[in-house]
Amino acid sequence: MKEYDVISTRANRIDTPDKATGRAVFVDDISRPGMLYGALLQSPHAHAKIISIDTSAAEKLKGVKAVITSKDAGDIKYGVSPARYDETVFAIDKVRYVGDEIAAVAAESLDIALAAVELIKVEYEILPAVFTIEDAMKDDAPLLHEGSPKNLCAEVHQEFGNVEEGLKNSDIVITTKMKNKRQDGAFIEMQGCIAEFDNLGVLTLTSSTQVPHYVQRTVAMVLGMDVGKVRVIKPYVGAGFGIKASANPMELACCFLAKKTRKPVKMNYTRDQVFMLARARHQFSHTITTGAKKDGTLMAIKHECWLDGGAYTSFGIATVYYTGSLLGGPYKLDNMSYDGYRVYNNKPACGAQRGHGAVIARACFEQQLDMIAEKIGMDPLQLRIKNMMETGDTTCNDLNMSSFGMSECIEAVRKGSDWDKKKGHMPKGKGIGMACGFFVSGAGYPIYRSDTWHGTVIVKLTEDGGTALVYTASAEIGQGSDTAFAMIAAETLGIPLENIRLASGDTDMGVDLGAYSSRQTLMTGHATKDAAEHAKKQVLEVLAEQLKVPVESMDIRKGFIEFKGKAPDFSELRTRYIKEHRGWIDNPKSEKLTFREASRIAFLEKGSIVGTGKYKPHLLGGKFKGAAVGTSPAYGCSAQVAEVTVDMETGQVTIDKITDAHDCGKAINLTSVEGQMQGSVSMGIGETMHEEVIFDKQGRVLNHDLAEYKIVTSMDMPMVEAIVVESAEPNGPYGAKEVGEGAIMPTIPAILNAVYDAAGVRLYELPLTPERVYHAIQEYKEKNNIK
Amino acid sequence: MKKIINLTINQLAYETAVEPNKTLADLLRYDLKLTGTKKGCDTGDCGACTVIMNGDPVNSCLVLAVQANGSQIETVEGLSTDEGIHPIQNAFVEKGAIQCGYCTPGMIMSTKSLLDKNSNPSEQEIREGISGNLCRCTGYTKIFEAIESLRS
Repeated sequence: MKEYDVISTRANRIDTPDKATGRAVFVDDISRPGMLYGALLQSPHAHAKIISIDTSAAEKLKGVKAVITSKDAGDIKYGVSPARYDETVFAIDKVRYVGDEIAAVAAESLDIALAAVELIKVEYEILPAVFTIEDAMKDDAPLLHEGSPKNLCAEVHQEFGNVEEGLKNSDIVITTKMKNKRQDGAFIEMQGCIAEFDNLGVLTLTSSTQVPHYVQRTVAMVLGMDVGKVRVIKPYVGAGFGIKASANPMELACCFLAKKTRKPVKMNYTRDQVFMLARARHQFSHTITTGAKKDGTLMAIKHECWLDGGAYTSFGIATVYYTGSLLGGPYKLDNMSYDGYRVYNNKPACGAQRGHGAVIARACFEQQLDMIAEKIGMDPLQLRIKNMMETGDTTCNDLNMSSFGMSECIEAVRKGSDWDKKKGHMPKGKGIGMACGFFVSGAGYPIYRSDTWHGTVIVKLTEDGGTALVYTASAEIGQGSDTAFAMIAAETLGIPLENIRLASGDTDMGVDLGAYSSRQTLMTGHATKDAAEHAKKQVLEVLAEQLKVPVESMDIRKGFIEFKGKAPDFSELRTRYIKEHRGWIDNPKSEKLTFREASRIAFLEKGSIVGTGKYKPHLLGGKFKGAAVGTSPAYGCSAQVAEVTVDMETGQVTIDKITDAHDCGKAINLTSVEGQMQGSVSMGIGETMHEEVIFDKQGRVLNHDLAEYKIVTSMDMPMVEAIVVESAEPNGPYGAKEVGEGAIMPTIPAILNAVYDAAGVRLYELPLTPERVYHAIQEYKEKNNIK
Repeated sequence: MKKIINLTINQLAYETAVEPNKTLADLLRYDLKLTGTKKGCDTGDCGACTVIMNGDPVNSCLVLAVQANGSQIETVEGLSTDEGIHPIQNAFVEKGAIQCGYCTPGMIMSTKSLLDKNSNPSEQEIREGISGNLCRCTGYTKIFEAIESLRS
C-alpha cells in the first residue's frame, strides 16, 4: 500500500486556530461603511389573499431608505429544481404559510427597519388553510398552487424486478408503518447576508450559505442580471445540514434592497425566522412490506411514502425520489417498488437535511429486518451479513457500489460493542440493537440540467517562497472541507501542509456546486488533485529541461525533489536561486533540491505557475424516470450498534452507548471523519429522542426556539465509539468518499431495535418521548398479561 | 437616553455610552467590534454568547450592558497572549473539537470558567460545565476529549 505524507493523518484543521480565538469571520461579524439594515414583513396568516399593501407610512418613517414589495421584485419564479420553481421573492396575490414574505425595508438601523415593517398595512382575505396530508388531499380542500390538484406536489411510481412475485415466493412477509416528525436544522448560526453593488453594477452577496454557486445563479436569474456580474462570497458559516443549500428569500430581498438604495444592506434571520423558513427534514409516513425466505434471504420490498411538504417545493422533488432510491441497499435485493407522494399544505416548506429523504425509510425497514431475524431465529447481525452487497454489486435501481466495506463495518461494530456476548444476554430493561445504511458521495447530476463541471480548482504557486495557493469555490461550513482540500493539494504537490494556503467559498474562484449530498471530498477533492498535478507537472518539466533529466525520473516529496537513481548536479540552479536572495539568511543548504528552489526556477522560466483542475462524474444510473436521483460515483456505508436502558415504569429511554463503523474510502483526515460520524449520531439521536417542530391550529410554529425545540446537549450525548473503516474507492481522489451523511442512516433504527430488545415493544412513531414509550409498554403488558 | 458605563474587558478599561436596552452581547459585538462572541438565539438558549462576568459564565445576550457597569468581563479575544493561543484553545484545535466554530467561543469560555474553579473536573462535571452551550456539529465527543486533556 502506498504511504502518504499528508493525507490519512490527524493533521490539525487549518481553520480552527481562527475559530478558537474568535478571529474567524462569520457574516454578522462584517460591517460596511454606510451599511443599512434590512427587515422582512412576513405573513401572520397561513393562507390568505392579499387585497392591498400600503407602504406609505413605512416610507415616511425617518431613517427608512427603501420599502419593497413584489412590485419591485417582480414575478420571476425560483426554487431549487428548475422544473419545479414555485416561489417568488415576495407574495404576489396570496400568502401560503405563516412567514411567507410580503415586503422588506432597508433603514439606517435595525430598530428603524423593524418599526417600519410594523407600519406596512396589508389587507388580507383569509382563506381556509390545510395543515395535514389528509386535509390537503380532501376533494374540497383549498388549493395552494394552481395546476396542482389535490395539492399533490409530486408523485413517483417505480418498480424494479417483480415485487408481487417476490412477495409470493417469500416465507415471511412483514408490513409496518413508520412516521417521524418535522425536524429543524438547528444550526447555531442563523442565516444572514450582506448585499452591495459597486459603481460598475457588480453585485456582491456575502451570505451564510452552503451553495455559493446555486445562490449566484438564482440571484442572477431573479434580478435579471448577467451571472458574471454577480459574486457570492461565503464567509465562515455556522453549519447548514442541508437547510442552507439553496437561495433563501432573505438573500434575494437583500439584493433588491441594495439595488434600490445603492448602499450595502445587511439582513439576518432571528431564531424564530429560522424555524419559519424551515426547509429542513420532512415528516415522512412510510408503509413498507418486506418479504424474505425462511433462510433469511430478502426477496422483495413494497414501499409507499407520503411526504408532508409544506407550502413550496423547495428540495422536495429530490427528496421524494431519494426516499425511494436509497432504500434497497446495502442488501442484495432483486425486487423493489416505490410509490411516493409529496403533498403541499400551509406550513413552511420542508427541504433537505442530513441523510436527505432516506433516514425514516431506513428506520422502518431496518426494524423489519430484526423482525424477520426474530421469526426465523437468526442473529439480526447475521441476517444482514447474509444479504449484504459486495464491492462491485449494483442495486436493482442501478446504484453501483464501486467500493463497499459494509461487511467490515458490521464486523467492526460486532467486536467494538461486544455484540456476541451482549445480544440476548442483557438484563430486563437493557437492550442492544443494530442497523446498517449507505449514502451517496455526491449527487451524480447537478440540480439544474447541465454539462457543467461539478467542481473546478486553481492551484497557483507563489512566485517565491515555495507556497501553493489553492482557490476553490467549494463551501467549508464546518465539515472540514478546506482542510481536506489543503491536505490533498499538499499530498499531490509533495509539500508539507503548512506550505498550502487555501481560499474557498467565492464564486469568483470557479464553479463548485457546494456542500450538499456529501459531494465535496470526492468531487472537489478530485478537482484539487487534478489542479495540483497540473502545477506539479509544470515545475518538473522546467526542471527536466534545466537539469537534462527525463521528467518521469523525478518526483516531489515532503518539499524536496526526488530523483530516481543518482541525483543530477543541481548546483547551478541552487546558485541561481541564491543569487535571487542576496542578503537573505535562510538559503537552502539541504542535500536535496527543495521545492522552494524548483518552483522559483519554474517561475523564472515560465512566469506564474498555475494548475487548473476539474471534475464531473462519469455517466451514471439507469434510464428510467427519476434514475438520476440516488446515483453517485461512490457510496459510503455504515453499521451501528446502540445500547439502551428503558425505564419500564416511566418509559424513559436512555442511550448508553453507540458503536459506529463507517466506510469512508480513504480517510483524508481521520479526526474530521470521526467528527462527522459523532455529529451524525448526535443528530440522529435528537431526531429519535426529542426533536419535533410543533404547530398550533393556525399554522404557527409553537416551539420556535432552542429551549423548546430540543437538540442533543452535553448532558444527553452518550459515549460514541467511532471506528473508521477504509476501502479503496476507485472513483474517489486517493480512494476517498463520503462520511457526512451516511453515518446518520443507521442511528434511528439501531436505537429502535435496542429499545425492542430492552422492553419488548416496537415503536412506529418518533420521537421516543417517555409518554409514547410508556403507552407502548402498557399496551405490551396488557396484551401479554404482565402485571 | 444613553447612559455612561465603565467596565473592564480583557483587562482593558472601557467607558462607553449605551442605550438602556442594549445587551452586553450587542455592546461587545457591534459597538466594541469584539465579534469573537457569537449570537445564536438572543434568548439565552444556545450559549454561543457566553462570556465570563466577574468570574462567572453568563449569556451576554441576557445581560444588559448597563448591568455590566463596573464589571470585569472576559471574552474569547482575551485568552491568547503574546506567547500564543491559550491552552484551552489549543486543546480544542488539537482534539478536533471544532467544526463550524460558531459555538466555539462560548464553549471555550464555559470551559475556562469550569477549569478556573475546578482544575480536575469529572466527566459529569465537564458535561454540566458546558450544558448551557449547544453544539449541533460535533456530538460533543471531541469537546469532552479536549476538556479532559486539560485536567491537572
